[in-house]
Amino acid sequence: MQPETKLLEVKGLRAGYGETWAVHGIDFEVMAGRVTALLGANGAGKTTTLRAISGMVKTAGTVDFNGKSLVGMKTEAIAAAGIAHVPDGRGTFMELSVEENMKLGAYTRKGDQTAEFDRMFAYFPKLKERFRQQAGLLSGGEQQMLAIARALLLKPKLLLLDEPSFGLAPLIVREIFDIMRQIKDREGVGILVVEQNASLALDISENAYLLETGRIVMSGASSEIAKDEGLRRSYLGY
Amino acid sequence: MDGVLHQVFSGIASGGIYASIALALVMIFTATHHVNFAQGEMAMFSTYIALTLIEAGVPYWGAFVITIVFAMVVGTIVQKILMEPLMNAPVLASVGVFIGLLFIFNSVAGWIFTYTLKPFPTPFGEGGPLLGGFFSRHELGSTAITVVVLFSVWAFFRFTSLGLAMRAAAFNPVSSRLVGVPVATMLALGWGLASGIGAIAGMMVAPIVFLDPNMMGGVLLYAFAGALLGGITNPLGAVLGGFLVGIIENLGGAYIVGTELKLSLALIIIVAVLTLKPAGLFGKVLASRV
Repeated sequence: MQPETKLLEVKGLRAGYGETWAVHGIDFEVMAGRVTALLGANGAGKTTTLRAISGMVKTAGTVDFNGKSLVGMKTEAIAAAGIAHVPDGRGTFMELSVEENMKLGAYTRKGDQTAEFDRMFAYFPKLKERFRQQAGLLSGGEQQMLAIARALLLKPKLLLLDEPSFGLAPLIVREIFDIMRQIKDREGVGILVVEQNASLALDISENAYLLETGRIVMSGASSEIAKDEGLRRSYLGY
Repeated sequence: MDGVLHQVFSGIASGGIYASIALALVMIFTATHHVNFAQGEMAMFSTYIALTLIEAGVPYWGAFVITIVFAMVVGTIVQKILMEPLMNAPVLASVGVFIGLLFIFNSVAGWIFTYTLKPFPTPFGEGGPLLGGFFSRHELGSTAITVVVLFSVWAFFRFTSLGLAMRAAAFNPVSSRLVGVPVATMLALGWGLASGIGAIAGMMVAPIVFLDPNMMGGVLLYAFAGALLGGITNPLGAVLGGFLVGIIENLGGAYIVGTELKLSLALIIIVAVLTLKPAGLFGKVLASRV
């Protein structure tokens, strides 16, 4: 894994719904094996940006993944190309069991998944305990773990995480971010994480972009942004 | 007592047919949240194809298989051409299309095959009653077929990865696409499967009621009553509901309302379930957060 490889290169990306655009031409990139954070307030266009990468919304501009354009591709084809997306609200298959959720995560993989499942249980032992249970009955934190496991089972090159801390108790959030750090070190995937919790996101990421009403107003190394007190106060609120 | 038992067994036989159509309704309902009112007419049309093949000299079981394949193809095409563009359309648009399909299949069948009642052969022979006289040969055979079909469908959804992907696509299309499931294809396959199940039910009921373009009108009502009684969100419940409705229909028809008013039993069940227990006996009570 060469950390300097550009995994995802986005240029002049516009994205939106129906007649309107929510993202007005943004540029950013995600390096292989690195974590990139997309920060911003509610309504800044973070979720829409992730949806644009996965081909779920109206999109214009350039989205190149490993040098191949994703614009116009179907969502399921983008997933099969190696982009796993944990959507906002976690996207749990509520009616299905934990086991079936995990099997669906590995839908594009062929062959026996037992070893892969065991690898996920090492990160998330809770999932092993709850393996046969209905996923809709899991707690929010457990559902987030299941969502990340489901995404990793796709064996992605790029992992898109939409607000992994959303609606979770601080203790659970810390647990999940600790696991994400392990995943980052061991799996070698590029991660693009969208967060409202800026301090967490800056802590785990190498690079960060700050979105405001659909435009990037600031970008740079996460450590630099975290140090800039004025920026932190005015944009990140902590 | 023998009479009652006879009615119960007859009820199980027709219940199997209602259960099959009820399952087809539930499959479409899970994916679209609408009831496909044309389910019965599509089955009736397929049954005419079977009769045409048999009259042309194709052996029964050959015609049986070809008809199922034909029904699955038609179901898939209907979904691709008519339902896919309506995926995000308002409820009434879909209901309109379902009712339109009902009339189209009914009228085209009448136009091509005429409205005269036609006898439809049974593959199980005309011989005397079996199992102590409670089951006719056709009742026994068709019950066996429906049970095998229902069991195979259950096993398909429960144990195969294609079945799992089809369930996932119906429950949660957004997440399904994100894990790489081609949702549109899965929904089309679901329609194909439902239509195939319907065709089997049509071929099993035709020897009893005779084949005509309005053959499935009553059957669809009983099946709908069964699906509601068992719970339209629960395939297993709908199947049990179908069998229950078959038994209720036969017992009620024989001892309470008489054969003329049998169909009203289906309507009574529908009204009773919707007012007293809308989720059905085994269905999930749906709650949504606002």
